[in-house]
Amino acid sequence: METTMPLSEMPVGGAAEIKKIGAIGEIKKRLIEMGVVPGARLEVERVAPLGDPIEIYIMGYHLSVRRSEADGIEVKPLEK
Amino acid sequence: MKDRKKNITLALAGNPNAGKTTIFNALTGARQHVGNYPGVTVERKEGDAEYQGRSIHVIDLPGTYSLSAYSPDELVARRALLDEDLDVVVQVVDAGNLERNLYLSVQLMAMKIPLILAFNMMDEVKKRGIKIDVGHLETLLGLPIVPTVGYREEGVDRLLDKVMEIADEGAPPSADVRFGAELDRSVESIQREIEKGGKQGKYDPRWLAIKLLEGDGEMVDFMGDAGEVAVLEKAHAEQERVRMLIGDDPEILLADARYGFVHGAVSEAVSLTVEGRRTLTDKVDTVLANRVLGLPIFLFFMWLTFEATFTLGAPLMDLIDSAFSALGGTVAAALPGGMLSSLLVDGAIAGVGGVMVFLPNIVILFLMVSIMEDSGYMARAAFIVDRVMHLVGLHGKSFIPMFLGFGCNVPAIMGARILENERDRITTVLVCPFISCSARLPVYVLLAGAFFPPARAGNVVFSLYILGVVVAMVMAKLLRTYVVKGPPTPFVMELPPYRVPTLKSVALHMWERAWMYTKKAGTIILAMSLVVWFLSNFPRQTRYSPEIEKALAEAGGLESAPEEVKLAAQREKMENSYAGTIGRGIAAVLEPAGLGDWKVGVSLFAGFAAKEIVVSTMSTLYSLGESGGEKGDLRAVLRADPFFSPLRAYAMMVFVLLYAPCMATVAVTYRELGSWKWAALMLVSTTTAAYLASAAVWWGGKLLGLS
Repeated sequence: METTMPLSEMPVGGAAEIKKIGAIGEIKKRLIEMGVVPGARLEVERVAPLGDPIEIYIMGYHLSVRRSEADGIEVKPLEK
Repeated sequence: MKDRKKNITLALAGNPNAGKTTIFNALTGARQHVGNYPGVTVERKEGDAEYQGRSIHVIDLPGTYSLSAYSPDELVARRALLDEDLDVVVQVVDAGNLERNLYLSVQLMAMKIPLILAFNMMDEVKKRGIKIDVGHLETLLGLPIVPTVGYREEGVDRLLDKVMEIADEGAPPSADVRFGAELDRSVESIQREIEKGGKQGKYDPRWLAIKLLEGDGEMVDFMGDAGEVAVLEKAHAEQERVRMLIGDDPEILLADARYGFVHGAVSEAVSLTVEGRRTLTDKVDTVLANRVLGLPIFLFFMWLTFEATFTLGAPLMDLIDSAFSALGGTVAAALPGGMLSSLLVDGAIAGVGGVMVFLPNIVILFLMVSIMEDSGYMARAAFIVDRVMHLVGLHGKSFIPMFLGFGCNVPAIMGARILENERDRITTVLVCPFISCSARLPVYVLLAGAFFPPARAGNVVFSLYILGVVVAMVMAKLLRTYVVKGPPTPFVMELPPYRVPTLKSVALHMWERAWMYTKKAGTIILAMSLVVWFLSNFPRQTRYSPEIEKALAEAGGLESAPEEVKLAAQREKMENSYAGTIGRGIAAVLEPAGLGDWKVGVSLFAGFAAKEIVVSTMSTLYSLGESGGEKGDLRAVLRADPFFSPLRAYAMMVFVLLYAPCMATVAVTYRELGSWKWAALMLVSTTTAAYLASAAVWWGGKLLGLS
């Protein structure tokens, strides 16, 4: 079985592949439209000074998402 | 060749940060104007271009990532694309970020509108070592593509040549994106049902079928209104079938399939020759968005904006102020004294002048804001403070307008435009007035100076600033819970690459704002100034009380009367005017808040024109019998007044902090939110908060044995 974890628990600097978007409703659609789709690779770039939101690098651009939104994104950590 | 149209209408679509505005400016120069789309506060920019003797009308659509009607921007962009008579649509594509940009292209292609892609920022792409086979992509997508570099205006002529060609000869057929066997089957069967009914109107039937499969509210309503029950039933059945078969919503699956198609095309046509990952942006952000440094740097930039807006603006403000005073003086001298002169000088010129003095602030503020926005820093600022703002249901970006509120609420409320989401914008605008603006400071200085020892006066004033922020936060939470309900806006936000803002774009932006402010706020303010003037001058007083009449007779008329007689006459005039009546009414209402004095009532009422007027009105009303209306004296007069006490003074300061903002703020709120409903809610919520808070101070203080 593959090991997956929520994006919100990924360490800064870690790379991962998106497995599943669990977030519901409007947010899920928005995430997918922004390129957060299963199969896409991402890297966790940094965490905001106050601990939330986080910044990821995906599809050649930088995207910020709140931890509550990242909770719903299941990723598989990759070796860099 | 078809008929050549003399006038061509072109719409610019594209992702935010793709360089749409740069292309728009390159096409239209200064021949542009900004308005709003009807019914919503989304801006509509239009401009005109001349090319080869033909005129091109350019509509700049709001920047969107998609057209799924997720935000008002998307809805407006989509409606314009569907409903307006467009000859050509140009999508400005950030060539450095093809996959996400082409996702929008796929949606535009499905609408079957004549489409050209402008691959913008091709210079950056080359620098990063990315090779795009443009010809191959044209074949794969079935769309004409023109490479451009917007800020150097490169490729703009070629783009216009293409626009002419498409406008005259029509667009080549673009590729139909396939979504995979099951989804395609669903789309086709819904499409057949639509064609059977023949009620698709101007919409492409396949596009309509896709939208119905997605469950798109607007298109479902459209079919419903057309009475196409069979089509809707079919769409519903297909949605269920897909859900059963694949286990996810068709909407999500379609989005996924679009990305699949785009990914396929991009991997065929784009090659990366150098790994250009660590860009300048990454390096800049290791400092500006740093875990430790990010917050202090952000606060520094805010402070800088604040300083520039109000310090650099001050001399210009004085200049405008003296220009309006001079104008008032000239008009007063040219006209015989009386009603007309007073109406023009005290009403119109003073009122409009009082608002126009803020123009330098507005211009400088928007200079700073557009530099922050165009450079890409604004998104980082929101990223840094989102945590705090999110607690009360606001968005990271709400911080910026609220911070500006410490200077003046008018630019603050205009600054709320940077919030894309309507709910966030409404909430932010409505809480801005609780932030203590600089016009309230003179009131605090007067009252704290009069009733508190110098060592404590500073803390007293500071406590008011803190109270303002706390009330703003509480009110934001209340508004988000009870009035502008809805889930918090997700913070799924792009952090665009840093760019050097272009002078042209910054200058145009400033000009736009300055003009809008002058035009709109100016007209509303003029009307409101006249109302306030009327209330303070009517009913007309022809005779004063016997003592004043006597003093006036001794002095030989009002003009030559000594200062204290003039003040007494003015005081009496005010007491007997509608404003005075209102003041007495206010006093009666404010009795439970410890502020039941008619002079306080009139001052607070007059403060609606501008909060510093509370001070000038009080000096008129209280300085009777004393020499002149100077603040120093006024303090002594207030201390001697049996009505006032430190506790009452504090209750009054709390009231001034929180009650109805000045009329310029109310007018700009109406203008920004597009409805008197919100302006009225602002008046009610602020005044209610002021009443409750000052009553709490008064009664709480009395319970504690203070006076």
